Amino acid sequence: MNRCYLTARGMTVGYDGVPLIRDIALEIERGEIVALIGPNGSGKSTILKSLARQLRLLGGQVFVDGEELQRLSGGNLARKMAVMLTDRTKPELMTCRDVAAVGRYPYTGRLGLLTDADEAKVDAALAAVQALELRDRDFNAISDGQRQRVLLARAICQEPEIIVLDEPTSYLDIRHKIQLLSILRDMARQGITVILSLHEIDLARKLADRIICVKGDTIARCGAPEEIFDEAAIRELYDLDEGAFDPMFGSVELPRPMGAPRTFVLSACGTGAPVYRALQRSGEPFAAGILYENDVDCRLARRLAAEVVTERPFMPVSDAAFERALALMRGCERIIDAGVEIGETNARMAELIELARQLPGYNTLLN
Amino acid sequence: MENRHSMPDARGCRWHYGLVFAALIAALLAVAVLNVATGSVSIPAGRVIRALLGGEGESAEAGIIWKIRLPRALMAALLGGALALSGFLLQTFFANPIAGPFVLGISSGAKLAVALTLVFALRGAGAASSGALIAAAFAGSLLAVGFILLLSRKLKHAATLLVAGIMIGYICSAATEFIVTFADDADIVNLHGWSQGSFSGMSWPGVGAAALAVGIAAAGAFMLSKPIGAYQLGETYARSLGVNIRAFRAALILLASALAATVTAFAGPVSFVGIAVPYLIKRMLNTSKPLAVIPASFLGGAVFCMACDWIARTAFAPTELNISTVTSVFGAPVVIAMMLRRRERP
Repeated sequence: MNRCYLTARGMTVGYDGVPLIRDIALEIERGEIVALIGPNGSGKSTILKSLARQLRLLGGQVFVDGEELQRLSGGNLARKMAVMLTDRTKPELMTCRDVAAVGRYPYTGRLGLLTDADEAKVDAALAAVQALELRDRDFNAISDGQRQRVLLARAICQEPEIIVLDEPTSYLDIRHKIQLLSILRDMARQGITVILSLHEIDLARKLADRIICVKGDTIARCGAPEEIFDEAAIRELYDLDEGAFDPMFGSVELPRPMGAPRTFVLSACGTGAPVYRALQRSGEPFAAGILYENDVDCRLARRLAAEVVTERPFMPVSDAAFERALALMRGCERIIDAGVEIGETNARMAELIELARQLPGYNTLLN
Repeated sequence: MENRHSMPDARGCRWHYGLVFAALIAALLAVAVLNVATGSVSIPAGRVIRALLGGEGESAEAGIIWKIRLPRALMAALLGGALALSGFLLQTFFANPIAGPFVLGISSGAKLAVALTLVFALRGAGAASSGALIAAAFAGSLLAVGFILLLSRKLKHAATLLVAGIMIGYICSAATEFIVTFADDADIVNLHGWSQGSFSGMSWPGVGAAALAVGIAAAGAFMLSKPIGAYQLGETYARSLGVNIRAFRAALILLASALAATVTAFAGPVSFVGIAVPYLIKRMLNTSKPLAVIPASFLGGAVFCMACDWIARTAFAPTELNISTVTSVFGAPVVIAMMLRRRERP
């Protein structure tokens, strides 16, 4: 039988006896990375705190490695599960090493004295998060990103089988986000189960084996990233406008300028992207074309442009597309030529650009 | 490589701790000798030692040492240590370095209960028995603590909680004054001297009772070192490491109250020791590890209170100062310096 490491059945969570999310069912396997995504205040933290037994379950059961969570002794749970929650901790006069060493708590004796083996494990954990050089620094005197790494080292010291993290990437710059998530990936490869909440849906997609969408009073969806990350579902989860989220790359765009296009952008193969963004920032509605559907410019133009003239990949430019682009250009006050590479299939683009040159609003970005 | 780095560090720390402890013990001995040797009658150190070794001899000097100065010095040491430890436990509990038995009104609560006992329950019973006084002080301090804990559910801000504690202190003091107003003259004399705080007039049975109460509570606190260390990272982490938070917090507050209550029962309210000493000790040790800070705070509190008592006794001899007058003069600047330092560092 393929037994799951963590199972939740009919789990209801909330604060002070008031249920927030009901009837949660989870089956998480050993070494799996599960990411909770969803809008602020949707209850991701509440679920994580309940799984970490920081909050009492309001209903249902949770099993960790076959044992019921509520019945595990504090010490036994501590040897299985480590947590890293959002509570900011400001210990007085503790070095990073002291903080990490607290993770050895479930393994030390009555007075909490560390053996040489414990000391070695603390150093190894600090090394694993590349924080060994911070060892003797005051925990309060380091940056947020470094603190987060030291807290992760603390969790690693605990030698857990499962680690629960609530928004571990908050406060981190992009490099440290990548570093932290890579460490989690490594831990998962060693068989440690990882459950975390993430605000960055792009990272969730890239990191997690399974995604859980939390919204309203229940778990909206649950599945592999490929199933979850379709554009409509993410838009609905976060109440986003159309075009705001690109499921392919997980990138997020600000709303497009609305209205009839006043500028036409001629581009290909990425030359248009910076122009689109500049126009979007100044709030100017624009049209773009003629773009092949497999062009990166096309992907972005569909999110930002008021209108896009497209052509199927690897096909010659059709009359319909040509006429449409020409009509749009004539209606615009300004035409920006961001540079178009001309090849065999898109030869007619040269013709279109030649016509554009004769229009009064023509500008070129090419020298 | 890693080991080569870590070992000198750990050993360096131990050296440092050892040095601090040695200094504290040396200071303790020095202050103890000072306390026993000096006063209205000065006794040279050589004769002090002879009197101590010779037991309670016939000489007047031996009498002064054994009947007056030694119990007083021991009591100052014990109660000073208890105050400092109580302060450290309360600071851990409230995660706030300004918390202390005096500031939070715990000493005042104990004082009120002791006043009630002295005036009503023990009227005509002659000398108040120390057991009854400890019990009354403990009840009073627990009431004050209970009230603060009730408020702490509503007041999440540590600062407002401290203000609430100070208010409780004032209310208890007002009630004590009220009782004093309507008490008999004899009781007033008794109570007035006591409520100002003083280590004078300590007896050996009193020292024994205090040693027992403080010894048990201090040993209990030391045994809590491990969970205190985890709790310093915050409640969440402590719980996730297997600390039973409810039992742990109850133990902390009971021990802190018992220590503060014992001090108040024997010496009246003594201010600032509970805040200033743990702060200074943590700076000296350069750590907040409870395993080192708990015994060091106890020693530090003993040194601090013995020194303050010596000043109270000798500075304006033959007039004696209140012990709180002296502890405030030395303790309050430390607390102010501490707050200024915290300001500097965000």
